[in-house]
Amino acid sequence: MAALLLRSLVLLVAGLGLGLYLPKWLQFMLTMALANGLVSLGIVLLMRGGVVAFGQGLMSALGGYAAALVFQHWGITDGLVLPLLGGAVALLITAPFAPLLARYRGIFFSMLTLALSMVGYGILVKTESLGGSDGFNMGRVTLLGQTLADDQVGFALLAITLGLAVLAGTAARIYFASTRGLVTRAIRDNELRVEYMGGSVSQTMAINFLMAAFLGGMGGALAVMALGHIDPNFSYWTTSGEFVFVAILAGSQSVVAVMLSSVVLEVVRSFSSSYFPTTWQFALGLFLLLVIRFLPQGLGSLWQAKQPKAAQEDRP
Amino acid sequence: MSEPVQLALTILIDGLSYASWLFIVALGLTLVFGVLKILNIAHGSFYALGAYAAATLVAGVTAMNTSPYMSLLAMLAAALLVALLVAPATERGLLRFFYGRDEVLLVLVTYAMFLMLEDITKLIWGANPYYVSEPYGLFGNIDIGSQSYVGYDLFLMGLALVVGVLVWWGLNRTRFGKIVTAVIHSPEVASSMGVKVSRVYMAAFGIGIFLAALGGAFTAPMISVQPGVSVGVIIISFAVVIIGGLGSIEGAAIGALIVGLARALAVHLVPVAELFSVYLVMALVLMFRPQGLFQRIQARKI
Repeated sequence: MAALLLRSLVLLVAGLGLGLYLPKWLQFMLTMALANGLVSLGIVLLMRGGVVAFGQGLMSALGGYAAALVFQHWGITDGLVLPLLGGAVALLITAPFAPLLARYRGIFFSMLTLALSMVGYGILVKTESLGGSDGFNMGRVTLLGQTLADDQVGFALLAITLGLAVLAGTAARIYFASTRGLVTRAIRDNELRVEYMGGSVSQTMAINFLMAAFLGGMGGALAVMALGHIDPNFSYWTTSGEFVFVAILAGSQSVVAVMLSSVVLEVVRSFSSSYFPTTWQFALGLFLLLVIRFLPQGLGSLWQAKQPKAAQEDRP
Repeated sequence: MSEPVQLALTILIDGLSYASWLFIVALGLTLVFGVLKILNIAHGSFYALGAYAAATLVAGVTAMNTSPYMSLLAMLAAALLVALLVAPATERGLLRFFYGRDEVLLVLVTYAMFLMLEDITKLIWGANPYYVSEPYGLFGNIDIGSQSYVGYDLFLMGLALVVGVLVWWGLNRTRFGKIVTAVIHSPEVASSMGVKVSRVYMAAFGIGIFLAALGGAFTAPMISVQPGVSVGVIIISFAVVIIGGLGSIEGAAIGALIVGLARALAVHLVPVAELFSVYLVMALVLMFRPQGLFQRIQARKI
């Protein structure tokens, strides 16, 4: 535990130190990558239980809209409060669905989450008071009561996002090693056994779903703070597909791999959409195929210690 | 005819014509899932390929000034061409390396395929929309009461019926159908009885693609064919097969009807709900029948 906290602290300080000297566009890119990485971290959390959420864009949209609305109408502009608020709103709104979704597995879970996110998309597009399909803009956040100057805002947003990402990542690592975290792994391997041994599968899955919702909402709020704009596309299924892409690329073994994969996607996206706009999706698809074929456990498996063989094979 | 009856009729015909092309597309999706156990996200891309190919061929046929009914043949040929060219390449060249993997992982493989096909379509046909509305007027209008309905919509319903009956007959009344059913139940046992399973996979995948392309080809006259048509179709045909139960032909038919009517009802009565009515219905069905209306039976592994 102490070693983990130390490593997180080192990572945070190193990241902040590095961030200070980066050009503005790179600061923005990293901020977006980390914010999206948080949403993907939620998917990884669920993936450890054997389900893939294909509608996590909805969580990010809920958090994003909540943050932007609170900013516009209630005057809460603090850059540290908004992400937590976004996460909390996403958690509260999806809470009624959690026990329901916890019953589903495999494709049905993926498709039901996808359906919910598309319902969300449909509602957002048709809600004129939220700007309909154009969405609306959001101003610049403040930090601890201070307004941020033009040359500070990029780094401040990166610092906030990095801080929250490290915090969430550390918490996720602690959770993975906790009893419930291990039960989650056991559910993926065989949930009947878990039930026989007295664990509650549906409760564990529901709690995982809620945590993923919180992470998604937080990521969405952070992305909106950096972009200064929100629209219903946050909840569209192709956006969710990109979050899943990152989760698959990272694999479910390492938290750092999630953030790293998100950075990879963001870099590939920005470079290829400006240099070869007509073939970047092709490159993305090819990349995904290669990862699934040759690195089925994801990037994380490259440096994470090999699991015992028995644990990998015994999967129904 | 009185006002409410007229409205009901309009909703019915709208819903049925929407359901008919959707059924053709979803039938391909559910067939591929039934046999290969792949929920194919790229199915929408094959629909788009069919639509683009039809747009090109119909424009060619129209330019030749032959009988206007030739464009129907051109659309059929477009679907066949797409299936013959694309199915072997994707199934033999790509999908077979992933057989037997986790269902959700296979979804992601087809997601990758979808991403690639999106750009390939753009590279071939460019980003500008194509319009081929000539065949749409082929069957004139049909007046019922004070409203008139487009004959092409009714033609589509007939086509869906024919396709549905043909596939049902093929699966239940022919030797090949029996073999396919055997493979669906157990590829291992089927192959030990001398069935060439990989050939069945290829045929089923080919038919699946053909149906997607057929749906695309015959809707091409009703829409503007442009990048992005695939995206909407994927999710809505997913909704159909999920509602009906994956791998079930009856399910695809019922699912398409439910989705078509739900959408038509929303369009005419609660326009705000148009975009999400379908997904709402899907979520409702899944709540009460977690595996869809016609579910496949699975053994539990302890």
